Amino acid sequence: MAFKNYILVCAGTACESSKGIALYEALEKELKAQGVDAEAQLVKTGCFGFCEQGPIVKILPDESFYVKVSPEDASKIVSEHIIKGRQVKELLYDQDQSSGTSADSIDFYQKQQRIVLRNCGVINPEYIDEYIAREGYAALEKVIFDMTSDEVIKELTDAGLRGRGGAGFPTGVKWGFTKNAQSDQKFIVCNADEGDPGAYMDRSTCEGDPHSVLEAMTIAGHTVGADQGFIYIRAEYPLAIERLENAIAQAREYGLLGDNILGSDFSFDIELRLGAGAFVCGEETALLASIEGKRGMPIPRPPFPAVKGLWGKPTVINNVETWANIPMIILKGSAWYSSIGTETSKGTKVFALTGKINNSGLIEVPMGTTLREIIYDIGGGIRSGKKFKAAQTGGPSGGVITEEYLDTPIDYESLQSIGSMMGSGGMIVMDEDDCIVDVTKFYLEFTVDESCGKCAPCRIGGRTNYNILDKISRGQGKVEDLDTLKDLAQAMRKASLCGLGQTAPNPIMSTINFFEDEYMEHINEGKCRAGKCKDLMSYTIIEDKCIGCTACARVCPVNCISGEVKAPHVIDQDQCIKCGQCFTKCKFDAILKG
Amino acid sequence: MTATAEEKMLTPEIDAFIAKWIDKPGNLIMVLHRVQEEFGYVPRQAAFEVAAALDVPVAKIFGVITFYHFFKLTKPGKNQIAVCMGTACYLKGGQDLIDECERKLGVGLNTVTEDGEFSVEAVRCIGCCGLAPVLTVNGEVFGGVTTKQMVKIIEQFEGK
Repeated sequence: MAFKNYILVCAGTACESSKGIALYEALEKELKAQGVDAEAQLVKTGCFGFCEQGPIVKILPDESFYVKVSPEDASKIVSEHIIKGRQVKELLYDQDQSSGTSADSIDFYQKQQRIVLRNCGVINPEYIDEYIAREGYAALEKVIFDMTSDEVIKELTDAGLRGRGGAGFPTGVKWGFTKNAQSDQKFIVCNADEGDPGAYMDRSTCEGDPHSVLEAMTIAGHTVGADQGFIYIRAEYPLAIERLENAIAQAREYGLLGDNILGSDFSFDIELRLGAGAFVCGEETALLASIEGKRGMPIPRPPFPAVKGLWGKPTVINNVETWANIPMIILKGSAWYSSIGTETSKGTKVFALTGKINNSGLIEVPMGTTLREIIYDIGGGIRSGKKFKAAQTGGPSGGVITEEYLDTPIDYESLQSIGSMMGSGGMIVMDEDDCIVDVTKFYLEFTVDESCGKCAPCRIGGRTNYNILDKISRGQGKVEDLDTLKDLAQAMRKASLCGLGQTAPNPIMSTINFFEDEYMEHINEGKCRAGKCKDLMSYTIIEDKCIGCTACARVCPVNCISGEVKAPHVIDQDQCIKCGQCFTKCKFDAILKG
Repeated sequence: MTATAEEKMLTPEIDAFIAKWIDKPGNLIMVLHRVQEEFGYVPRQAAFEVAAALDVPVAKIFGVITFYHFFKLTKPGKNQIAVCMGTACYLKGGQDLIDECERKLGVGLNTVTEDGEFSVEAVRCIGCCGLAPVLTVNGEVFGGVTTKQMVKIIEQFEGK
């Protein structure tokens, strides 16, 4: 080892916003200032996943795992750890060291198994050599020189790999269709249009390990006989775009993309195409229309893109996470991969665990892990000791999972059987302060806004459902509205043209199923138990607690709070706009929200 | 037509970009991205010039611009505040941040302050859910923002 220590600093978007770059620069400066820059190698890596505790610094070889590191800590890390070899205790995640100091000993990582994220937080994503050092492009070499196309497809099929975008279609079968299709040209497409609000696994993979996607796409190109690939990525992910562009340029330089890859007669290249903020473009036919430079509107299937896709040519489309699995399956074999997971769902799944949870972050677990393990063992339970209400998976197309189903092992089928879905991997935890009607309305607002407007069931059904939910959230709903919601949901499921419209009513069906009582409370009693629906809420001042400090009256934007100094104040309910500023301002808990 | 309108709007850099992409099918969206990168939005005149350069109908260009949320037809403020309204941010108070922003700046969503300093928009998930609620100002990400910090963040950019 040329260096005594390696200092890994997370440079993902989340840690960057927690001043990870300033930290990197501070460490760089300190290493030089203290004269040890020849002893320790500073490395910018991809996401460690533990975003809640960022920015994260990991020091090798002893694997010390420092959390919430600020640029001011740089001097101490260098003088203590690098020079004197002593850990900086106050920066360790587990300061009393009862369970060790490395990442593996932290609860957050113990139940995780990293296949897709194998290189995230390990290598510097800006250097192709680091990817190659970890068996990078070995799978491509194996595919080009030692395997036939049918063998590759059989390996993927035997591995049981299914599409990670949410639908779960067997990847090997999809590739088989395209391979067998007769055409002068074929295309490979990577769907990196991660539109599900609350999911960011694809962004982190592209930022932390861009070559895994490029390698897998090239493997697909060789297998099905395509010479051009496109990565369709959201314009909202500038760092991921930069890393992918850099990776493509390096791969071309190394002869891993372009003409005569690895000296063979196989040629393949990849280009980026930017999305422009349309959720429907996650649907494959809409995505292809967008790559073609058109409005991203879906078309009816069949024919499926595998047979007739981009510019009418057979096209393999897979999601980022699916791609990132493939090199490992080729290298380690289908038997290894299919030994992980459940009967019908093999391998691992990455989830973006967010919401009212202690350890927010990106996690990768074997299929079949239960929600309870994810939320309590990995996620560390609910924030501020509140009560768990529901977990939402599948984003705007999914549903909620309640307490009684927490022991359901996660796979495609089991989630569907309880009215939710795998989706792309967003997992949002809600607590007692979240109103189920409000959240459902949020999702419907999203799908209504994102509907392309081509087919009537989605365009009109979605809007009508949103209007009903809005009425309920304002306390003006009727009992029969629930039936209308359900009827419309059925119609949308059956008659919508694409996945967006077909799944848009899922949040409604799922929440009515589990939380009908809360809907009824809104309708019959005009009550929102979580205090989220503004029209059903009021702020009142508790006379006994108010000392008349006038803080609330001064902050009120509509001047509806009156009262003498040092005497209890009163809120004029007719004027109140329920902005909640007085509630936040009061230091004496004298304002009641309810 | 006024004299200024007759002057060419697309810069030589954009022309060079178009020249590089002109033979690639499906180039329209990439060109529009480049135009918006330059001006902060897609000016009407620029859209006409793109139409001429790529030989596509202007109607098609406006069809594409209006379909995608990312493209803007009006000039944004000098400092662009984007509040994330992804699910995680929504649950953790994204709407409160927007309300606070509107109160502080005296403008609604997607409008520019009178002095042209700020504009506020609500955006879809920017992928920093672990830090919710999140907002960006001119692309710089701020995580775990409270309404109180909101005021400070705005002040930080005021007059810059």
